[in-house]
Amino acid sequence: MSSASVLFDAPGPRARARNRIVTVVTLVIALLVVWVVYSRLQAKGQLDAAKWEPFLTANLWKTYVLPGVEGTLTAAAVSIVLALALGFVLGVGRMSTHAAIRVPSAIFVEFFRAVPVLIMMIFAYFLFAMYDVFPSKQLALAGVITGLTLYNGAVIAEIVRAGVNALPRGQSEAASALGLQWGQTMRAILLPQAITSMLPVLISQLVVVLKDTAIGYQITFLEMVRQGTQVGAAYGNYVPALIVIAVLMIAVNFSLGSFATWLEGRLRRSRRGPAPMHADEPVNQGAFGAGAGGTI
Amino acid sequence: MEVFTEYRAQIFEAFWTTIQLTVYSAIGALILGTLLAAMRLSPVPTLNWVGTAYVNVVRNTPLTLIILFCSFGLSQTLGITLVDRNSPTSIDDSNFRLAVLGFTVYTAAFVCETVRSGVNTVPLGQAEAARSLGLTFGQNLRIVLLPQAFRSVIIPLGSVLIALTKNTTIASAIGVAEAALLMKEMIENTAALMTIGIIFAAGFVILTLPTGLFFGWLGKRMAVAR
Repeated sequence: MSSASVLFDAPGPRARARNRIVTVVTLVIALLVVWVVYSRLQAKGQLDAAKWEPFLTANLWKTYVLPGVEGTLTAAAVSIVLALALGFVLGVGRMSTHAAIRVPSAIFVEFFRAVPVLIMMIFAYFLFAMYDVFPSKQLALAGVITGLTLYNGAVIAEIVRAGVNALPRGQSEAASALGLQWGQTMRAILLPQAITSMLPVLISQLVVVLKDTAIGYQITFLEMVRQGTQVGAAYGNYVPALIVIAVLMIAVNFSLGSFATWLEGRLRRSRRGPAPMHADEPVNQGAFGAGAGGTI
Repeated sequence: MEVFTEYRAQIFEAFWTTIQLTVYSAIGALILGTLLAAMRLSPVPTLNWVGTAYVNVVRNTPLTLIILFCSFGLSQTLGITLVDRNSPTSIDDSNFRLAVLGFTVYTAAFVCETVRSGVNTVPLGQAEAARSLGLTFGQNLRIVLLPQAFRSVIIPLGSVLIALTKNTTIASAIGVAEAALLMKEMIENTAALMTIGIIFAAGFVILTLPTGLFFGWLGKRMAVAR
């Protein structure tokens, strides 16, 4: 069922009247919620100009928010690049004809999809600290990047595998008929087509990476959410600070998500190449039925 | 392995908290998510709009921020603690309940999208037949669409549950005594980093792998034959 309109008839007079009632009730409830939130914030003085004015000063942005934005973007950019590399290696490795490559790749992917990112980050952080791998200023960044790369690498590996498996069998059969070897088929025939269909999912995955940099909060990584709480501590305005950070995050992530959906629609309309994978649905075809999907 | 024997009771307690966080949040998220899905499918534009706005806002916010907001915003600033202030364990209880609230709110957005994608797998003829029998939208959803939709999204819902299990580690940001918090504490108190890493990674593999297998099996068993 592709369009929701088949779920109900075009509204007649009675349905229109009923819809109007439901609309009014919804609006009343919504207004009530807004009023409760407003009055509670007002009662605690959270809507006072003094709590919001600091956001108009350059100092707040320079000292707190922008370094946080920089931290978030650095960690996300490095992680997604490394995760893409790792994901392609693991994804192709998992489809290899040699069991010696296939089995370790599968174990690696399933393991890192099952372990929470925070556990990996804490582990990497203390591991790097113990062996002095990175200068102490970079420790948290390294921990965050390691955690995000391992988890998202495993997720992207599954995306790659799903993308290649979704291609028509005729593609690899024709390649064999031409005498191409497995590696040649993968490189010249399958991966280029799979990448096109994977693009929307990969962009959605970028949203996950951006959001997950916030998990670095717990290993003292200097990112947007941590900086938001710093603003809250410095100016005594936790609620406004967290709201501003949330708005920034939502704006960026929503744009990326909309772009992924738009791209999916565009690829779907084009007659060239395979159908794109869904931008906002987790990819699940692990050996164990349900694995942790990518988009959460 | 000395670390394990020394901390055994605490490890089991921490993972028990993880399981409790998961189960309570999962129940809440399933209810709220299904309601949101119904709103997004309904013929009333305002309900659609509210559902869509909720999903877009919550899905694009980092979970850490939501959890911190529950603590800094709701509890410390606005005084909403969800507990009886006079009970001796009020601080721990408050953090636990606020974390459940945060996970419920966050996971509901994903449950909503999963259920909605399930409704999209139900063939057109089902809804049309239901309408031609004179069923209203509510009846159509309740009797015809949702039962089939749920059966087709058991495996994706399992993935959401597994992701939730892993996400509960973020509750350590507001001091809920679950696995990740104990892991940090143990690393700081002992030097056995490798052993501790293996213990906690294994703990989560033990929690998530059977869940995945179970939902994979259930999903295949319950699949609607078409």
